[in-house]
Amino acid sequence: MRWKAAEYSGWGRALWAKGEIARPERQRGLDQVFAEGIVPAQGMRRSYGDAGLNDKGRMVDMTRLDRMLGFDPDTGILDVESGARIGTIAAAFAPRGWLPAVMPGTGFATVGGCIAQDVHGKNHHVAGSFCQHVISIQLRQPDGQTVTVTPDTTPDLFRATAGGLGQTGVIVAARIRLQPCKGDIMMVTERRVEGWDQHLSLLDASTATYTVGWIDATAMGKALGRGILEEGETNSGLVPQREKFRKVPFTAPRFALSKPIVRAFNEAYFRRVPRTGRTVVRPIGDFFFPLDKIHDWNKLYGKHGFHQFQCVVPLSSHPALREMLETIAASGLASPLAVLKRMAEGRAGHLSFPMEGYTLAVDFPNRAEARELIKRLEDMTLSAGGRLYFAKDSLARGTDIRAMYPEHQEWLRVVTQADPEARLMTDMIRRLKLRSQA
Amino acid sequence: MTNTWIILGATSSMARAFARKVAAQGDGVLLAGRDSDDLAALASDCHLRGARISEAVTFDARDPEGFAALVERLKAEDGLISAAVFVGSMPEQALIDADPALIDGTVTDSFTGPARFLHLLVPEMERRGGGTVVGVGSVAGDRGRIGNYVYGAAKAGFATYLSGLRNRLTRAGGHVVTVKPGFVDTAMTWGLPGLFLVASPENVADDIARAVLKGRNVIYTPFFWRYIMLIIRHIPEFIFKKMKI
Repeated sequence: MRWKAAEYSGWGRALWAKGEIARPERQRGLDQVFAEGIVPAQGMRRSYGDAGLNDKGRMVDMTRLDRMLGFDPDTGILDVESGARIGTIAAAFAPRGWLPAVMPGTGFATVGGCIAQDVHGKNHHVAGSFCQHVISIQLRQPDGQTVTVTPDTTPDLFRATAGGLGQTGVIVAARIRLQPCKGDIMMVTERRVEGWDQHLSLLDASTATYTVGWIDATAMGKALGRGILEEGETNSGLVPQREKFRKVPFTAPRFALSKPIVRAFNEAYFRRVPRTGRTVVRPIGDFFFPLDKIHDWNKLYGKHGFHQFQCVVPLSSHPALREMLETIAASGLASPLAVLKRMAEGRAGHLSFPMEGYTLAVDFPNRAEARELIKRLEDMTLSAGGRLYFAKDSLARGTDIRAMYPEHQEWLRVVTQADPEARLMTDMIRRLKLRSQA
Repeated sequence: MTNTWIILGATSSMARAFARKVAAQGDGVLLAGRDSDDLAALASDCHLRGARISEAVTFDARDPEGFAALVERLKAEDGLISAAVFVGSMPEQALIDADPALIDGTVTDSFTGPARFLHLLVPEMERRGGGTVVGVGSVAGDRGRIGNYVYGAAKAGFATYLSGLRNRLTRAGGHVVTVKPGFVDTAMTWGLPGLFLVASPENVADDIARAVLKGRNVIYTPFFWRYIMLIIRHIPEFIFKKMKI
C-alpha cells in the first residue's frame, strides 16, 4: 500500500496536520493497510477542527470504500460501506421514497463520520440523532478482529462507538435504517422572524418534520435574533433538478467576509423572504445541504481559515443563549448565516452532542479576537449547563469538555479496553486529553 | 432501447465511477475483473443506483479462454450491447528494464487482451446494429517517453486498434470512443510526486458519458490535455530525444 505524505486540515482550515495517508479502494487494500498495524480513519474531513487529523502519524482515508451493499425495501434497512456519503445515499433513494433518517448539514459527510460524531439534522426534534437509526456497525478493532457492534448485543461498545470519535476501532461498514419520504423534493415554508423571543417561540411551536432557524448574528437591539424560520416536508412532483455546482477557485482575501459585507449579505438574505412569508419547492439537496452547491466554500475565509462555535444549552437556559448572541452581535465578528435550532433529547453514545434544548452555531474567521470571543462563549456554555460539539470544535479545553460530558469516564473505560495501546488517537483526542483519566 | 454494458477492469476507480453513471441511467452492467469480492460489492451498489441488471463476472486479460463465455452471457441480454475497457497495467519502467519479460504482460493487459475480447464481441454488436465501445487509453500513448514507454507503446497500440474498430463499427451503426485521460486521482497515482491538475474519477466518468451521448471519437479528459499533448507531439524529435518530461 502506498502512503501519501500530506499536509491536510479539517473543514475550518485553521488546524493542520502533516502525516502519511493511505487510501485503499477495496476491502483487500484495507487489510493491507492494517497489516502494518491499525491507524485512525478519516472520511471527507467535514469536521471543522481536528477530529480527522493525526499530526506526525498515519491515517487511512475511507472515502473510496463507499459502496451500498444491500437494501431491504420491506424494512428500509441499508447496508453500506463507511466511506459512502450521505448525499449520495439520499440522491439514490429519495426518488424511490426513502431518505437517511438523519442527515447532517452537508451531504459530503460519510456514514463513518456521521457515526463517529453521532450527528443530528434539521429533524432532531422528531428523529433524534444519527446513531439512533444505526442497527449495527462493522468495527475493525486494533487486535485485528472485525466485530459487529449493535445497541442490544454489545451496548457498551455501541455507546462508546456512536459519537465516539473513532476511538474504539475503524468503522468499516454499517447497517442503517432509512425512513420513508414522499419523494425527492421539499415543500419549504420560510418566514421572517423579527427578533429573539419570536424566534424561540416559533421553534417551540413548530410542528414540521424539518425545522431550522437562520439567524442574523450581526443584528443588535430590537432586531437581535432576527432571521428566517424554515420548515420543510418531503414531497413528490416535477421540479427541474439543479445540478449546477459552483466552486470557490482560490483562497479569498481577508475583506471578503469583512463586517460591512457580512451585514449587507445578512440584510439581503433576510429581505429575500417577503414580509408575509412564502412556501417554495426545492430539490431535497438544496434544502438539506444548502452550501454543498458551492464547492470548497471554506476557502472564502482566507488562508487563516475559520472556527465554528456550536453549543447546545438546556431549554431553561435560553437567557444565557440570548446573552451569547448579544456578545456575538456586539463583537461584530460573526459571519453570515448562523443557525438556531431546537433539539430534543435523542442521543446514542456516551459522547453524543444532543440534549433537549437550543443549539446555536456561528462561524468566525480565525483571528485572535474571535478566538477570545469563542473562549468567552465556551465559558458561558459551561455555566449554562450546555455542551460543545466535537464535530465543530477546534479550540475547547479538556477540563471544560469533561464537565460537559458526564459520561466521559464510561466512554474512557470501554475505549481503553478496545484500544489499549492508544493507536487510534487523533489530534482532537490529544488536544482535549480525552484518553487520560484527568 | 435497453443497453447492457460490459465493463472490463471494473474494480478501478474510473471504471467504478463510469459503472455508477450508466447504472443511474438504468442501463445493465456486467462488472468484469478478477477480485470477485470487490466486484460483488460494486454490483450491489450499481443495482441500488438503478441498474436494470448488475452482475459481477470474471475477466482476466491474460486468460482468453474465458472470453467466449462472457460474450455468450452478453448475448443473453436483449437490446444493445456496449463495452467499456478500463484494463491496463503500468509496471514501473525500472522494473521492466530489470525484467523485460514484464513487457508481455503489460501489452496483454493494456492492448492485446482487451482487443481479443472486443474482437469476439464486435460481430454480435454488428448483428444488433449498434452499441458503443469505450476504450480507455492514455496520454502516455501519444508519445514515447523514457519514464513509461512500454506502457505508452501498449496504449498507443490500443488507440490504433480502436481507430480501426471505429472505422469498422461505424458501418454497422455502432460507435467507438477513445478516451485519453491525463492525471486521474486513482490508486495508481495516489502519493506519486510531480502530478498536477489531477482530475477526479467522477469527472472523467462524466466526460466519458457525455462523449458516448454525443458520439465523440477521441476525447482527452480533462479537456486541456488535448492541448498539452498537441504541444508535446509537435516537439521535434531531435529536441524531444534529449528531454526528460
